[in-house]
Amino acid sequence: MSTPEPMDEVRTLTEGEYKFGFITELEEDTIPKGLNEDVIRLISAKKGEPEWLLDWRLESYAKWQAMAGHEPTWARIHHPPIDFQDIRYYSAPKSKDDGPKSLDEVDPELLETYEKLGIPLREQEVLAGVAVDAVFDSISVATTYKAKLGELGIIFCSFSEAVREHPDLVRRYLGSVVPQGDNFYACLNSAVFSDGSFVYIPEGVRCPMELSTYFRINAAETGQFERTLIVAAPGSYVSYLEGCTAPMRDENQLHAAVVELVALEDAEIKYSTVQNWYPGNAEGKGGIYNFVTKRGACRGRNAKISWTQVETGSAITWKYPSVLLEAEGSVGEFYSVAVTNNRQQADTGTKMIHLAPNTSSTIISKGISAGHSQNTYRGLVRVNPKADNARNYTQCDSLLIGEDCGGHTVPYIQVRNRSARVEHEASASKISDDQLFYCQARGLGTEDAVSLIVNGFCKEVMQKLPMEFAVEAQKLLGISLEGSVG
Amino acid sequence: MSENILEIRNLHATVGGTEILKGLSLTLPAGEVHAMMGPNGSGKSTLSYVLAGREGYEVTAGEVVYKGQDLLALAPDERAQAGIFLAFQYPVEIPGVANSVFLKAAVNAQRRGRGEPELDAMDFLKRAKVELAELEMDQEFLSRPINVGFSGGEKKRNEVFQMAMLEPTLAILDETDSGLDIDALRIVADGVNRLRAPDRSMLVITHYQRLLNHIVPDHIHVLAKGRIVASGGKELALELEANGYAAFTGEKSAA
Repeated sequence: MSTPEPMDEVRTLTEGEYKFGFITELEEDTIPKGLNEDVIRLISAKKGEPEWLLDWRLESYAKWQAMAGHEPTWARIHHPPIDFQDIRYYSAPKSKDDGPKSLDEVDPELLETYEKLGIPLREQEVLAGVAVDAVFDSISVATTYKAKLGELGIIFCSFSEAVREHPDLVRRYLGSVVPQGDNFYACLNSAVFSDGSFVYIPEGVRCPMELSTYFRINAAETGQFERTLIVAAPGSYVSYLEGCTAPMRDENQLHAAVVELVALEDAEIKYSTVQNWYPGNAEGKGGIYNFVTKRGACRGRNAKISWTQVETGSAITWKYPSVLLEAEGSVGEFYSVAVTNNRQQADTGTKMIHLAPNTSSTIISKGISAGHSQNTYRGLVRVNPKADNARNYTQCDSLLIGEDCGGHTVPYIQVRNRSARVEHEASASKISDDQLFYCQARGLGTEDAVSLIVNGFCKEVMQKLPMEFAVEAQKLLGISLEGSVG
Repeated sequence: MSENILEIRNLHATVGGTEILKGLSLTLPAGEVHAMMGPNGSGKSTLSYVLAGREGYEVTAGEVVYKGQDLLALAPDERAQAGIFLAFQYPVEIPGVANSVFLKAAVNAQRRGRGEPELDAMDFLKRAKVELAELEMDQEFLSRPINVGFSGGEKKRNEVFQMAMLEPTLAILDETDSGLDIDALRIVADGVNRLRAPDRSMLVITHYQRLLNHIVPDHIHVLAKGRIVASGGKELALELEANGYAAFTGEKSAA
């Protein structure tokens, strides 16, 4: 009885249509489509940013321009070329003054949207003990529990606020894990990022609650470019949750976020994601293009960074949450469930870069493909010459549902130190007719049976999720695979 | 005279284009336990799969009436919800899914299907513990993944445990005795006997007579080449034990 049962929740959410496909009517403060230096200056000005940050953006933009036309092509994904001049790079809900001071000041329609999504802020505050920094389009509109966290010296705020209130911290760590020119999409983000979250956990503090941000893409043709930075000072601990839903749109929407984590000596960061953005319809029309760069650096001895992701949404997922094991004894973990159905394409995995002695990493990846989808695990384990006694364990399992989908595993292992111990296990299987019939013969419908079997397949990863996320994630697995059998 | 739970009339069924059942007829009244015996390849397991609704087992003629309704019109899960239970000869492994999660989902799917209130986690656990104790099974069994790493005996006990929890109207036991040592056989048979009830019928499919020493049937049928070639009381089993199936299949004399 260790995990919550998925069946009841799945049953309440049966219809195969994307559940969260509604559009909120809000007045929007947008700027015209297209990207140039003026747009970047405008974004920066609208946010009242200091000059150093504008310069940083412009520098990024220059680097990005040099990369123009050189989007990465190595992933197993196919899509029409993205016209980066046909995207609007800033949009924010209009606010009275500088933004709401409390939930009472938040646009009622916005709150209603969250209610529909099943994230009533008030209830969450009280019941789940979750502090929510809700991102609506490009700007943070509600931040809760700030006072309580503040007593412990924890900073949990929007990125923009962090730039205003804690410029030294932001300046010190921004781009220190994912440099501006790291890759095409990270570079774009560095130039145009709108908002996101900033977290700082002071030395020796164990954050007493899960910090949670809900993302939501809303405005038509608005790419969203979050930037998240989490810094855990020596001996601190934080668990961060990120969950997302998006309204239904016909146009493909680009999403290119950057997340940077820094864990100092003996610090631990646990970062969990449930991603269920609109995957497009059954024919592959619409859906989010999700090009995300997530990376953490274990920058002090015995630091630990753990990524857990459940990816069910988006038309295209291009995402490799990674860990740089820079200090002795540091630990990196990656636990992933990626589900693709219909025409979805996912190319996702991780990079574990061992740079120091006695570092260890664990990779558990569960890929599930159904319909006509393609699901690729792509991972790199690198052990550098200085990383004596590095250890890695990798397990990649693929589960196929039906005859027309693909599951691929592309592991790269680069070992340049003889003392390294690297293990790689991989399996590919199909849901068998025997398993389905066994479930049916006990009274379970086909979709419940698939959901049950899939949840079993993913159990090792789901167990890594915080409880409140695990329930939602189990629902999602069932919903994502509706109609995939029979 | 009691109501018939199951009436099979002139059932023909094919698997992969080959006809396996060739005009099988059988009536199973409420409260009775019937044994279905026969040599390998006679169609015993095919019959169990046809009754449970497995895909690929195609009925080409005949009818099956279950409690007055056309059983063949129902999907497998609907049949289970209507009270049909198949104890599998080879229970399948489902990694990562705990027995308790699976069984609670099954119990409540059936309850929902019948318009009954669902069992909550506490009630489920209470009942499960009682049934496990009856089958001399440890409670940690509930958290183990379905049939993964189970011994043959544990798998069969698990089937009987599920049957006890699901309280079916018609239980079909497909070679539940195969792969059991004598102690496990006794435990499984006791479990089955405990479930005998006036409103529950059982079809016990077996290759060997020895199970019928423990589960004493009301009637025995001999299946050969896809149809029932002999029916009788429990003494028929002893005759089979002594003379083999040959006397019934007419292929060659064993005497």
